[in-house]
Amino acid sequence: MQPIKILTSTAAPLPLPNIDTDQIIPKQFLKRIERTGYQDFLFYDWRRIQEGPDAGKPDPAFVLNKPEYTGSQILIAERNFGCGSSREHAAWAIAQYGFRAVIAPSFADIFFSNAGKNGIILAALSEAEVQTLIARSTANPQHRISIDLEAQTVRDDQGFLAHFPIDPFRKHCLLNGLDDIGLTLLHEDKLNAYESQRQSAFWLDPKPLNAASPTSTLPPGV
Amino acid sequence: MSTSTPRTMFEKVWQQHVVTEPAGEPTILYIDLQLVHEVTSPQAFEGLRLSGRPLRHPERHVATVDHNVPTTSIADRLVITDQIANAQVSALRKNCADFGVELFDVQDTDQGIVHMIGPELGLTKPGMTIVCGDSHTSTHGAFGALAFGIGTSEVEHVMATQTLPQSRAKSFLIQVEGGPNGALPAGVTAKDIILDIIGRIGTDGATGYVIEYAGSAIRALSMEGRMTICNMSIEAGARAGMIAPDETTFAYLKDRRYAPKGAAWDEAVAHWRSLATDPGATYDRELHIDATTLAPSVTWGTSPGMVTSIDASVPTLDQARSESDQKSFTRAYEYMGLQPGTPMQQIKVDAVFVGSCTNGRIEDLRIAARVVNGYHVATTVRAMVVPGSQAVKRQAEAEGLDRIFKSAGFEWREPGCSMCLAMNPDILSPGERCASTSNRNFEGRQGRGGRTHLLSPAMAAAAAITGHFTDVRTWRFKA
Repeated sequence: MQPIKILTSTAAPLPLPNIDTDQIIPKQFLKRIERTGYQDFLFYDWRRIQEGPDAGKPDPAFVLNKPEYTGSQILIAERNFGCGSSREHAAWAIAQYGFRAVIAPSFADIFFSNAGKNGIILAALSEAEVQTLIARSTANPQHRISIDLEAQTVRDDQGFLAHFPIDPFRKHCLLNGLDDIGLTLLHEDKLNAYESQRQSAFWLDPKPLNAASPTSTLPPGV
Repeated sequence: MSTSTPRTMFEKVWQQHVVTEPAGEPTILYIDLQLVHEVTSPQAFEGLRLSGRPLRHPERHVATVDHNVPTTSIADRLVITDQIANAQVSALRKNCADFGVELFDVQDTDQGIVHMIGPELGLTKPGMTIVCGDSHTSTHGAFGALAFGIGTSEVEHVMATQTLPQSRAKSFLIQVEGGPNGALPAGVTAKDIILDIIGRIGTDGATGYVIEYAGSAIRALSMEGRMTICNMSIEAGARAGMIAPDETTFAYLKDRRYAPKGAAWDEAVAHWRSLATDPGATYDRELHIDATTLAPSVTWGTSPGMVTSIDASVPTLDQARSESDQKSFTRAYEYMGLQPGTPMQQIKVDAVFVGSCTNGRIEDLRIAARVVNGYHVATTVRAMVVPGSQAVKRQAEAEGLDRIFKSAGFEWREPGCSMCLAMNPDILSPGERCASTSNRNFEGRQGRGGRTHLLSPAMAAAAAITGHFTDVRTWRFKA
């Protein structure tokens, strides 16, 4: 994961609430077994005209198809961004497209976690603050926003200043680009100790030893 | 930790699984069981290979194929013609063989949707922590397990360490009271309760919380109904949903393949009984619902929170709670091809889907078959039943439900996720309107341009017969 400290960029506004991960990346792209190459599938249906003679062609009205937002590294949306399916492909598509941050009033739980694993900053600001930024980036696509992860601030050159919360551990990982599994394995002695003292708790085992004989008949009622 | 402090069920399960609480880091939580499927696991297995890490506890992993397998016939499943889907299924076979994970493959008599087979095999048990790279993992909370969906990086994390770094969610009690003995009004089911809850609190109403469902109406539900409710907790944004284990839970689990047997069973039940929330324990938030006032629910829009009752109409713009909701309503009217104020019962459907991890269980098929029995599907409707698992399919066929569905004009399919997310060939065409017993009505969820309405199996069955949404409370049952 690439460390990130300060991000300054133009921002693409997507002023809708409840943008779900089915929209961020439709299901047909979940069949791939690779972890990369998802950038072209980001908002796949929204980027295309759905009906009429031009169906399938790029929709010039969609923000990511507007040349003036090319290269934006910040996405701004309304509340509950990333709801629905747990597909990490949504975070992969956002990151691989080139976004390093999403600003919104709130984020769905699983997406929040997935974004963190992929070096994406999620800055939750108030509804009013988000609307201000949406208005400025809509009026002027060249409007630049600066996110300072260390200071937990979002600023622009018109005097906008807002603070966003972030869990200190998550911040530490983003700032340093740390791998979670490696960090957990630093506590392996604790894990070994936990597993030894838990050995007798067979009722928490998926397959208790004395249950290993497969029954050929199903219990009534399924 | 003093045992005299009253604790919620969630706190008890959480505390029992704390491996360590390192200063300045999230809690490292032990995971008892990880369920694995073809779609969200290949990159996780690949991650293990690239880092040279072993899969720490293969016996705490169980895999199946469900998301992209065809449901049309056994032959179509054995040779998947979609090459990309086939590569993904093949990758899972190789990964399970390489890492020693038990796999229930397409031809296996215990294959099924991942959230069906966990309970059916008795893998899912009270008090466990269960994860899966699928948001509907919340289903398993019906047994008093702490179960939640995770992303692929976390899937790899659990494979490597059998733990997850987690910050503790807040607790949310939803108390649902029914009539005498918890009875629900006629025609109202678990699906109607959970859709009503999501409509009340919104799709982000429970973000940051673990919900505990309690009350007489919940106690009176079968395990099937409880699973339907917990399944859709994620649709309200919750980390998980839980229901305290009781006699209904134990009766369901007893004698299942991976349930403890003999004296071990009694010992296990004694532990499971101690999981229920202590009297006097407090929650961060509470909601009380009088289920006797509920009616069958149908969604009208493109989010599970856009829901109304069958005797109501598509809401008008002035019924939106905020400016932001108004914008969503306007977009949903257009996508769904609906005029505000249209009575729900006047809306015609083109397709009907009975199945999914929400409503693909035997009880769902029984109630749908009871509605359908003696009738025929409307000529304008294509309708299918996709049992959630091989076990459900076998049971339904033993009871003759397949014959009722087939003679009524329903297709009777092989088990899988199918049209719930339309990753396999079961897909809506643009503009097609579907009455679906699944869990998400997002834009394009069942196929690009497809229009999904969520509802209960009984309501879906009634719509299949009449060709439009129909109040099942007025249904004339023929058998």
